[in-house]
Amino acid sequence: MIKGLLMLAALISILTTTGIVLSLIEETIVFLGDVGIGDFLFGTEWSPLFEPPSFGVLPLVTGTLLISLVAMLVATPLGLGAAIYLAEYARPGVRKTIKPILELLAGVPTIVFGYFALTFFTPEILRSLFSLDVAIFNGLVGGIIIGFLIIPTVASISEDSMSAVPQSLREGAFGLGAAKLQVTMRVVFPAALSGIVASLVLAMSRAVGETMVVVIASGLVPQWGANLGDAMETMTAFIATTAKGDIATGSTAYKTIFAVGMTLFVITLIMNLLSIRFVRKYRQVYE
Amino acid sequence: MSAHSQAIARASGSRRAKDFAFRLGMFLCLGLAIGLLGLLLVDVARDGAGRLTWDFVTSFTSIDTDQAGIQAALWGTIWLMGVCAVFIVPVGVATAIYLEEYADDTKWWNRLIEVNIQNLAAVPSIVYGILGLAFLVRGPLSLGPVILAGGLTLGLLVLPVVIISAREAIRAVPPSIREGSMALGATQWQTIRRQVLPAAIPGIATGVILSLARAIGETAPLIVIGAATVVAFNPTSVNDAFTAMPIQIFDWITRPSNDTNNYAPLAAAGILLLMILLLLMNSVAIWLRNRYEQKW
Repeated sequence: MIKGLLMLAALISILTTTGIVLSLIEETIVFLGDVGIGDFLFGTEWSPLFEPPSFGVLPLVTGTLLISLVAMLVATPLGLGAAIYLAEYARPGVRKTIKPILELLAGVPTIVFGYFALTFFTPEILRSLFSLDVAIFNGLVGGIIIGFLIIPTVASISEDSMSAVPQSLREGAFGLGAAKLQVTMRVVFPAALSGIVASLVLAMSRAVGETMVVVIASGLVPQWGANLGDAMETMTAFIATTAKGDIATGSTAYKTIFAVGMTLFVITLIMNLLSIRFVRKYRQVYE
Repeated sequence: MSAHSQAIARASGSRRAKDFAFRLGMFLCLGLAIGLLGLLLVDVARDGAGRLTWDFVTSFTSIDTDQAGIQAALWGTIWLMGVCAVFIVPVGVATAIYLEEYADDTKWWNRLIEVNIQNLAAVPSIVYGILGLAFLVRGPLSLGPVILAGGLTLGLLVLPVVIISAREAIRAVPPSIREGSMALGATQWQTIRRQVLPAAIPGIATGVILSLARAIGETAPLIVIGAATVVAFNPTSVNDAFTAMPIQIFDWITRPSNDTNNYAPLAAAGILLLMILLLLMNSVAIWLRNRYEQKW
């Protein structure tokens, strides 16, 4: 009896996923019936609220992917560097103090990063320090700040997987005369690769789903191009700004939220499942 | 020293330099990440410290930026966290007990539940907003954009985190405790209720507080479910419309400032207050963990 009750609670998480999929699919199907799946997936102009409307989702998708790409260019070297330092070089005491501070980067609400990006990073760092000719709202700042946000995701999973590499592998390499640098890069890093890949995929998924930084600092202009210095719109930013008003249930605007949400959900779902698979792989090998 | 060992010393000297450079590079990566965090905190403190007064905490928002405060949003956030906690504690702990103590993980449905929870933890928060909008605010439940809908949406969002941390806390209780209890004739449920849960409570509480700390700063899902931006009353029940601190901050950030009204200090003061709450919650979590942590 008690087991049944507890299982019921566990089913809530299954219901959540079902709810997400159902709510997205229902309106998306109606929307695609109106618009046509080809026009939605391959159209290059997104202006759903203008007359005549145009429903090509590609500008939102490329905007999202470009900003996420910039984020990964920031987070990959910094996150992996931090992970290697923490796993292989830092003394246990240092690791114990620095790790929570690094995790704080993930604990600060993203709206705070949005404020920082808009009021400080674009004007003071990008424009003044680096003399870049960027608009007030630009894709670049969104990418860089999201990159910093996801550093803890990269660093903590990568560090876990590097720490899980058995000491005997390192000792074997040292015994053959390898230097610390060689042991780290040629033994530990490859041995931890599946965990590292998992961390990068999960970080990318977070970057794709991040909302507030891009809503605040990257502008809301769908851009079919790759100009990071100008305003860009991501899928998340579109959903947040469109849902903000009191939109009527069943209206075109209402349906676009679900169609774009579905696109976002599918993209992140694929990345999450990939990442879960990679994590399982490194756990199986060493634990 | 022989020529041979000198050669070794030279070689290891250049190797040591390379090692040192690499180590420095890795350290700089870490330093840059933490440096940006420091810069952010300094920037927000500089912008908002002057505006963070007791009047700011006890006033409602206003068109006049000199008069505006965050009271309604602060109470909205407190109500949201209350609803969220009431939802996530029983459901999260029950799920964790099921998965750790009862579930047979060779069965496909239990493995499905596990993968599902891992995936849910990484679903973008705005998607939970869409779920809340379609199922709680409109559609089947039609609650409207009220505290209850907001708190449940945030609850669903952080539930995976609660489950994962509660499972870790339960797993940390050694099997010998369970075996001892069972050997004395206790049933499995008695063992869980009287032995395992009490021992796991500090870990579970820490996880719940950290989950609430994540929920408190979430903005995107609340925007999507339609939280109000200009509210001049405190909520009195879970069926009231509401605003919340991140929503209020977002509103201030996006309002254009002019000569008479400057919204940036208001937003920064709101952020500071939010960060203070977060700091308090994290401190309590760390204190709990250190105070009650058991070494078995």
